[in-house]
Amino acid sequence: MNLAWILLFLPLVVAAINQLVLKKSWLVPIFSTASAGATFVIAFMILGQSGTASFAWATIGDFSIDIGIKLDQLSTGMMIVVTGVGMLVHIFSLAYMKDDSAKARYFTGLSLFMFSMTGIVLANNFIMTFIFWELVGLSSYLLIGHWYQKDSAADAAKKAFLCNRVGDFGFMVGILMLWGITGHLTFDGMKGGLETFQAANPAIFSGVLSAAVLCIFCGAVGKSAQLPLHVWLPDAMEGPTPVSALIHAATMVAAGVYMLFRLQFTLGFENFEGLLASQIIAWTGGITALVAALMATQQNDIKRVLAYSTLSQLGYMVMAVGLVAGEAGMFHLFTHAWFKALLFLGSGAVIHACHHEQDIWKMGGLLKKMPITGFTFLVGFLALIAVPGTSGFFSKEQILEAANEKEPILFWIAVIVAVLTPFYMTRLFVVAFLGKTKSENADHAHEVGPLMFVPLVLLAVLGLIAGYPFIASKFAPAYHPTEHLFELGTITYISITAVIIGVVSGFVLYSGKEKDPVSIPLLQNRFYIDGIYDNFIVRYYQDAFAAIVAFFDEFIINGLLVGGLSRAAESTGNIFRKVQSGSLQGYAFVFGLGVILVIYFTAF
Amino acid sequence: MLALLVFLPIAAFIAILLGAPARLTAIGASAINLALGICAAVSWKCTCWAISLPVLEKPALHLAFGYPDGMSVIMVLLSVIVTLAAVLSGKSPEGREKLYYGSSLLISAGALGAFAATDLFFFYAFHELALVPTFLMIGILGRGDRRQAAWKITIYLGLGSIVLLAGLVWLANLTGSYDIPTMIANKALVSHDAQKGIAALLIVGFGTLVSLFPLHSWAAPAYASAPAPVAMLHAGVLKKFGLYGLLRLAIPLVPEGLQFWLTPLLVMLLGNILWVGWVTISQKRLDLMLGNSSVMHMGYIFLAIAALIAFPENPLARSAAIVLMFAHGISIALLFCLADRIERNTGSLDLSDLGGLAKAAPGLAFIFGIAAMASIGLPGLANFSGEVLVFLSAFKGYTGTSGLGPVQIACILSIWGVVLSAVYMLRAYRKIFQGPSVKFTESAADLTCCDRIPAVLLILVLFAVGLYPNLLLNLLK
Repeated sequence: MNLAWILLFLPLVVAAINQLVLKKSWLVPIFSTASAGATFVIAFMILGQSGTASFAWATIGDFSIDIGIKLDQLSTGMMIVVTGVGMLVHIFSLAYMKDDSAKARYFTGLSLFMFSMTGIVLANNFIMTFIFWELVGLSSYLLIGHWYQKDSAADAAKKAFLCNRVGDFGFMVGILMLWGITGHLTFDGMKGGLETFQAANPAIFSGVLSAAVLCIFCGAVGKSAQLPLHVWLPDAMEGPTPVSALIHAATMVAAGVYMLFRLQFTLGFENFEGLLASQIIAWTGGITALVAALMATQQNDIKRVLAYSTLSQLGYMVMAVGLVAGEAGMFHLFTHAWFKALLFLGSGAVIHACHHEQDIWKMGGLLKKMPITGFTFLVGFLALIAVPGTSGFFSKEQILEAANEKEPILFWIAVIVAVLTPFYMTRLFVVAFLGKTKSENADHAHEVGPLMFVPLVLLAVLGLIAGYPFIASKFAPAYHPTEHLFELGTITYISITAVIIGVVSGFVLYSGKEKDPVSIPLLQNRFYIDGIYDNFIVRYYQDAFAAIVAFFDEFIINGLLVGGLSRAAESTGNIFRKVQSGSLQGYAFVFGLGVILVIYFTAF
Repeated sequence: MLALLVFLPIAAFIAILLGAPARLTAIGASAINLALGICAAVSWKCTCWAISLPVLEKPALHLAFGYPDGMSVIMVLLSVIVTLAAVLSGKSPEGREKLYYGSSLLISAGALGAFAATDLFFFYAFHELALVPTFLMIGILGRGDRRQAAWKITIYLGLGSIVLLAGLVWLANLTGSYDIPTMIANKALVSHDAQKGIAALLIVGFGTLVSLFPLHSWAAPAYASAPAPVAMLHAGVLKKFGLYGLLRLAIPLVPEGLQFWLTPLLVMLLGNILWVGWVTISQKRLDLMLGNSSVMHMGYIFLAIAALIAFPENPLARSAAIVLMFAHGISIALLFCLADRIERNTGSLDLSDLGGLAKAAPGLAFIFGIAAMASIGLPGLANFSGEVLVFLSAFKGYTGTSGLGPVQIACILSIWGVVLSAVYMLRAYRKIFQGPSVKFTESAADLTCCDRIPAVLLILVLFAVGLYPNLLLNLLK
C-alpha cells in the first residue's frame, strides 16, 4: 500500500521540485524521466495486488470526502499501461524536445500529467476521480499549449479544456445523482447502496439509474472525445507529438473508457439487462467509430489521420462498454495503448526527420530512408488494422463478438469500421512510406537516434505480442480469456475479409499517386461539425447571446430599474451639493443618513 | 484580545495621519495583525480572546468582540491575510500615501470589527465604517469613470444598508437585545409573520451588499475603477459581510421566513451565476471581467445558503458556504492584485490591446494562470473545495425516489456556470498571455521579487486549502 502512495505522489513531488527548485536546469528532463521509470518499476511491483487505503480530505460531521487508493487487477493493470507508455514517451521526448527552449516546462507538464492520470486510475471514490479528471484536463491544456505563441496551439489548448469542461458538467451532475441514490461516494459503498435502492424502488430503479449513468457518461464523452464533443482531439495535435502519443492516444483519452468500466464493474451492470443508458453509450461509441473512420480517410496531416483513427478506436471501446462487454473494451484499450503510442511516436520520428513536415503528400519513400522507424510503424499499422497474429486482432475480435451477440446493427457498423481502418491506414502508409520522395524535406530525412528508436522497437514488440494470453492475462486491466486462440469462426472470416478489402482498395487507389485521387469535401471538412460549432455555438449561442444579456444588464437592470432609483437619489444629492459644493459631501450624504437612522432607531 | 486585532489598524491609521511613514506603518500593522489572527485561529476556543465593554445602558450596547464559532475565525483570517497582501501590493500615487494606506487600514479595521463583533450595533457600525474609505478611495484615487462608479456604489450600498438596518432593528426589538448570542437564544420571540418580513429585508439588505442579482450593477464598475487594494479588500473581504450576516443572523433567527423566500432566492442566485456569467463573457476589459466574475461567484455561496435554508439539518451547506467565502476572497484578491500589475507593466487592461505577455513576463503569466485556474474551480486550489461541497450540500436532500427538487435543479443549472467561468477566464488568459507578442507587451516588465511576495502569500493559502480543505474545516468542528 505504501508503494501505491509513492506511485501516486512521486510525480507530483517531481513536478513541484522541477518548477520550484530546478527551474530551467538541464536536470529537469532527466529527473522527470527517472521518476517515470521509477513509477513503472513500482507499478510492476504492485501488479495484481488488491486492497484499499484512504485518508480524510474534507470532513464535516460524519460526512467525509476521502483521498483513497483502490488496488485491484483493473487499476494495477491500467497502471502498467500508464507508466509503461509514460516512461517510453519520456525517453522519446528527451531526444524529440532536445532543442526546445522550454523543455523544463514541458517535462514538468508531463510529470503533472503522470500524477493526474495515476490519480484517476487508483481513485477509490468518485470525487477523487473527478479531482484528477480535471487535473488531467489541466495538464493536457498545458501540454497542447506548449508552443503558446502560436495562435493555433493556444486555441487548441483552450478548445480542449472547454470541451472537457462541458463533459465535466454532466459528470459532476451524475456523481451527485449517484451519491443521492446510493448514499455513498466510494465505489465499494455504491454497490451496496444501489442494491438497497433497487430493492426499495424496483419500479423507478432503471430510469433513475439510467439518468445518473448518462450524466456520468457525459464526462467520458468529453474526455474520450466521443461525438459530439470529439472536436478537440484532432486540434490537440498542435501539441508536441510525444504528448499526442501519451495523452491523446494511449492514456488520457482512454480514461473515459476506464471510468465507465470501473462504474459498470462496480455496480454490476451485467445484472441490468437492456438499461437505456447502456444502449445509448453503445450507440454513441458505434457512431463515433464510424464517423471518425470516415473522416480519417480524407485527412492529409499524418497526425490528424492518427487522431481520427484514435477517435474511431475509442468509439469501439465505448461501444464495447455500452454492450456490457467492458472486458473486451478494456482489452482493446490495453493493446491499443501500445500500438497507437507506437504509431504516434513513429509519426513524431518522421516529423522530426522531415523538419516538421506533417503533410503525407510531401513525404514518400521513408521506409528506405528510415528503416527502423518505417518497420516499427509497419508493425503498428498491422496491429491497428487487426491482422491476425498481432495484438489488435485479438482485442478487436472480442469486441466484434460481443457486438454480434447483442446488437447486430452495431456489429455491421463495426465491420464497416474494420474495412475503413485498413483503408485509411494503407493510404497513409503507401503515400508516406512507399514510392518516391515528394519533397525536399523528405529527401533529407534520415534515421533517428537511439533515444527515439529504442522506444519504438519496444512498443513494436508489445504491439505484436500484447494480445496473447500469456501477457494479457497477467497485465491487461481486464481480460476475458478466449478458448479458441486461432480457431476460425464466422467472425474471424468476416474480419479477415474486411482487412483484405481495406488494404487492397487502399493500395490500388493510392499506390504511386502524387496527389489524392479522391476528394470528398464532406469528409475533408469533417462533416462540417467543427464549422457549425465555431460559427453557430461559439459565435451565436455563446458570444451573441452573451452580448444580448450584457445589453439587457446594462440598459434594463442598470439603466432603467436601478438607474431610475439611483437617479432619484442622485438628484437629492444634487440639491445637497448645491448647498455644499464639492463631491465628497455627496458621498457622505447617504452614509450620514444611515447614521442618523441608527441613532433614531436605537434611541427611540 | 480580539479588540487589539481591530484597533491596531485604527491606531496605525491615526499614526499615519500624524506623520508616520505610511507604507511602512501599514505593512507593519498588517503583518502584526496577520500573526495575531493566526494565533487567534490556533487557540480560538480560549475565552481569553473575548472582550466586552459596556457602552450604553439603555439600550444596552456593548463593545463586544469574540469568536462564537469557527466562522468568525475563518473570516478574520481571511481579512488579515488579504489586508497584508493588499497593502504590500498597492502602489500609491505620488503624494497621496496617507489617504491610500490609511484608507486601506480603515477598511480592514471595519471588516475585522464586523466579523469579530458579537454586538449587533457594532456588527453593523464597523461595516459602515469600512464603506466610507471605500467610497472615498474610488471617488478620489479611482481610474476611468471614477465619479460615476463612486456614486453608484455609494447609493447602492447606502440604500442596501438602510434596508438592512430596518431588518436588524426589527429583529433587535423583537428579541429585546443587541447581543447576538442573546438574540439567538431568544429566537422563539420572532413570530412567523415577522420572520417573513425580516427575512425579506435581510435578503435585500445583505443581498445588495453582496451584489445579489438584480442588485449587482454597482459591483463591476466600482471594482474596475477602484485602486487595487480597495478592490482586493472590498471584493475579497468586505463583500463577504453580507453572506456572513445571513449565516450569522438570518439562518438561526428567521429560518421560516427564509424558507418562505426560498424560490425567489434561487431565482436570484441563478441570475448571479447564469445571467451575470454571460455578461462576464462579453466583457472586453480585464478589470470589468473580474468584477463581474466576482459577482457571478457570489451565486455559489448563495446556493449553499439556499441549501441550508431548504435542509436545515445540513451541516455540509454551512461549511461549504464558509469555505467558498474564504476561497473566493483569496482568489479574487489575487486576481485584482495581478490585474493591477498587468496594467502597470503594460499600460492597458483592454483585452484587444494585449497578447503574448507570457513571453515577456513568464512569472506574471504563471501566477496569473494559477489565479485563473483557482477562480474557475480547478481541483487542488481552494475554490474547488468550496464548490464541490456546495454542490454536494445542494444534493443532500436528493434520494432518487423523490425526483429533483428546486434546490437540486438550481444546483444543476449552477454547475453550468462552471463552464461559463472557464469560457471567460481561458479566453482572457488566451488574449492576454498567449499568442504572438504585441506592441503593449513586447517590452513589458515581469514581476520583481518584491512584487511576488503578496501574490505568493495568497497562492500558498489557495494551495493549502485546496490540497487539504480539512485545514479550514477543522476550525468549524
